[in-house]
Amino acid sequence: MSWAGPEDIFLSTSLASYLDKKLLVLLRDGRKLLGVLRSFDQFANVVLEGACERVIVGDLYSDIPLGLYVIRGENVVLIGELDLEREEIPAHMICVSVAEIRRAQKAERDATDLKGSMRKRMEFLDLD
Amino acid sequence: MLFFSYFKELVGKEVTVELKNDLAIRGILHSVDQYLNIKLENIRVVDQDKYPHMLSVRNCFIRGSVVRYVQLPPDGVDIDILHDATRREARGP
Repeated sequence: MSWAGPEDIFLSTSLASYLDKKLLVLLRDGRKLLGVLRSFDQFANVVLEGACERVIVGDLYSDIPLGLYVIRGENVVLIGELDLEREEIPAHMICVSVAEIRRAQKAERDATDLKGSMRKRMEFLDLD
Repeated sequence: MLFFSYFKELVGKEVTVELKNDLAIRGILHSVDQYLNIKLENIRVVDQDKYPHMLSVRNCFIRGSVVRYVQLPPDGVDIDILHDATRREARGP
């Protein structure tokens, strides 16, 4: 992001317009971080204050507080501006504790692993 | 610089950006920069149910390095002008 002149502020793809706003940051590893943007640079390195990770498993979700975070730009997929007037989470979703969401994550991981290993065992059948 | 100039022409048009993580987002192209980072406005996530966390996101900044495709409106392109510009660019400085 080159430094824009005053007339470029409106057209520029700078993160300056997102400063001090609460944002959703999607990372390459699939994590979703929320926090207030305090700083950024041309590599999309970002400083988030009051960051928390929102973990979603099925209909359950949980926010894990993280504090002050510096995110290296190469890990950033997307930075979304949260519209404070709209609901952040669909109404049917249930907020649970960190411990419970961790259990749900583990259960989901085990289910995927099981599906993977079963598929491997069935491969010789050549059904599809 | 060719694609940067080309995307600058498309500012204000509706595009769909497909990311390398398979997330597809439709929105109005607000701005683009030399790294082909993209800012979209009034976004709608394709397959919204799969991405509940994006529900309240209206505008977003997408890092250029994570874009797989940018899908354009068919009438958003003047193919002849694009061809000419490409040939000029290929000719070299």
